[in-house]
Amino acid sequence: MAYITMREAISQALREEMYRDERVFIMGEEVGVWGGTYAVTRGFLDEFGEKRVRDTPIAEGVIVGAAIGAAIAGLRPVAELMTINFAFLAMDQIVNHAAKLHYMFNGQIRCPLVIRTVGGGGRQLAATHSQSPDVVFAHFPGLKVVAPGTPADAKGLLKSAIRDEDPVFFIEHATLYQLRGEVPDDEEYLVPIGVSDVKREGKDVTIVSYSKMLQTSLQAAEQLSKEGIEAEVIDLRTLRPLDMLPVVQSVQKTNRLVVVEEGWRSYGVGAEIAARVMERAFDYLDAPVRRVAQLEVPLPYNRRLEQMALPQVEDVVRAVYDVLYRK
Amino acid sequence: MPDELSREELLEMYCQMVLIRRLEEKAAELYTAGLIGGFLHLYIGEEAIAVGACKALRPDDHLLTAYRDHGWAIARGLDPKRVMAELLGKATGVSGGKGGSMHLASAEHNYWGGHAIVGGHLPLATGIGLAIRYKEEDKAVLCVFGEGSTNIGYFHESLNLAAVWKLPVVFLVENNQYGMGTEVSRASARSDIFEKGCSYDVASAPVDGQDVLAVHRAMREALEYARQHGPYLMEAKTYRYSGHSMGDPERYRSKAEIERWRAHDPIERLASVLISHALADQAALEKIHQDVEQEMEGIVRFAQESPEPDDAALYEHVYVNPIPER
Repeated sequence: MAYITMREAISQALREEMYRDERVFIMGEEVGVWGGTYAVTRGFLDEFGEKRVRDTPIAEGVIVGAAIGAAIAGLRPVAELMTINFAFLAMDQIVNHAAKLHYMFNGQIRCPLVIRTVGGGGRQLAATHSQSPDVVFAHFPGLKVVAPGTPADAKGLLKSAIRDEDPVFFIEHATLYQLRGEVPDDEEYLVPIGVSDVKREGKDVTIVSYSKMLQTSLQAAEQLSKEGIEAEVIDLRTLRPLDMLPVVQSVQKTNRLVVVEEGWRSYGVGAEIAARVMERAFDYLDAPVRRVAQLEVPLPYNRRLEQMALPQVEDVVRAVYDVLYRK
Repeated sequence: MPDELSREELLEMYCQMVLIRRLEEKAAELYTAGLIGGFLHLYIGEEAIAVGACKALRPDDHLLTAYRDHGWAIARGLDPKRVMAELLGKATGVSGGKGGSMHLASAEHNYWGGHAIVGGHLPLATGIGLAIRYKEEDKAVLCVFGEGSTNIGYFHESLNLAAVWKLPVVFLVENNQYGMGTEVSRASARSDIFEKGCSYDVASAPVDGQDVLAVHRAMREALEYARQHGPYLMEAKTYRYSGHSMGDPERYRSKAEIERWRAHDPIERLASVLISHALADQAALEKIHQDVEQEMEGIVRFAQESPEPDDAALYEHVYVNPIPER
């Protein structure tokens, strides 16, 4: 175990997998000489050379498309998109190609690639650089969509993603890179894709979340605990495929559910979880499911306005009060 | 001997072109009869390009094409029976009945599809070229698309990256003069598409796409160039006799224009080469047409008698490693 940042954990996962498998390589904007826009691949160019750490032009379509091609031909590309907002420029490659080729050609084509990207708001980057459109990518069968909320999960999930035979869209949160946590040194430490995790046990209410909002939810749970309310906090970790079992089991115990996501409420993770809980545990609910999410506006630059639009610890606490019918 | 090809090879190429044309004509019939669904894009008139180019490919080279792909699949060596079965959506089809006319593929032939998002496969070809260099293999990629694809961003992103990384990719434009119903001069600032290579320092040249021997010769050189130096852009000037797809009202061109191109028919041109070089006589060519006719019967019978995919196929191959949702 080592107490390291999420940035170091992700970096470690990449480095270990590149040593383990010659076919693994990195391509993207500023991954080489610059060392990664978020410094995740600092030192990689010297360590692995230009063949395996490839700076690309600013051209997201061909970054993802060429990574798919390389994967078809037997390599294990890790393509980096500087932010998730730029992934829209590669949307056709992600959803029309990566997600479809294996199925459409009846299993003859495989796309074992990882698309690493960075999402989330809260850094005063204004409307086009602050989005959390994770659910957009989770909409498509054929993709696996992963969004870790702790350093240990980031390492274990990224290693699993690189070893996976399917295309994995891996979303890191821009404000979590400095988050510290215990991370196993073990080179075979893997966290399975598609398995939700109970991050805090509790009996009074279930809070479901992931990525940055996991941390927000844990802070809310801490605060609630001081008032005698024990929240169970579940980290989805993977948005597709969605592992509902821990959520359903928790709701059967607490009878109350709050879902917290950073993206917009409409058609969001909360909507999906609420619907599935209705289908599987309707009779266990003692209160309507509450959703905590971003307000339905593009994020503004002004710091105060931006924070107003993003879900805060207090919003989660208030939602928990609501489902407990407390004022 | 024309083009350093043996008599047997030339006759084989002739036979392939006839087979492709007959298969397309048959497909049109079956489409009209309601046995083929979706879209159907015929390759009639353009046969010389696929046959000439595939003749220059080595077995371990890679091929990607657009959605007008039946001719390419056959020229690449896929079983015509399984191509027709795919058009009919059968389990024995090259894509198991899940891809259809626009999405033929065969991993064993390094034929990575039939792609129907215009320009979408150019980045994939670039990435396969990257893998070839990465693994230090002596291979090349042939990436085929229509002239309409050269106005989309992917064309420029792919040529640029392939040139920066010196990837062994031949980008082959089939300029059949129309992107659906829009004439090339109405959609592209340059109508001579090969000229676009110079923007990215990519070597390029035009070729007469109605001359199978010229295509073969040019493609052999282009592939060799790509293996040694990097990307190459070739523009085959050609023409499709049929509409863009079945049901095209063809309001954008005249009958006279079609007749002008028919006067340079690629199959008839090869026939006259064979006869003028005394490699075949009329009777020998007539025999080829009869043999193809017979083969077509078997192809159609196989496709019609093949089973539908079973229900379980619906869920197969969404993922290589499916993770059950709990």
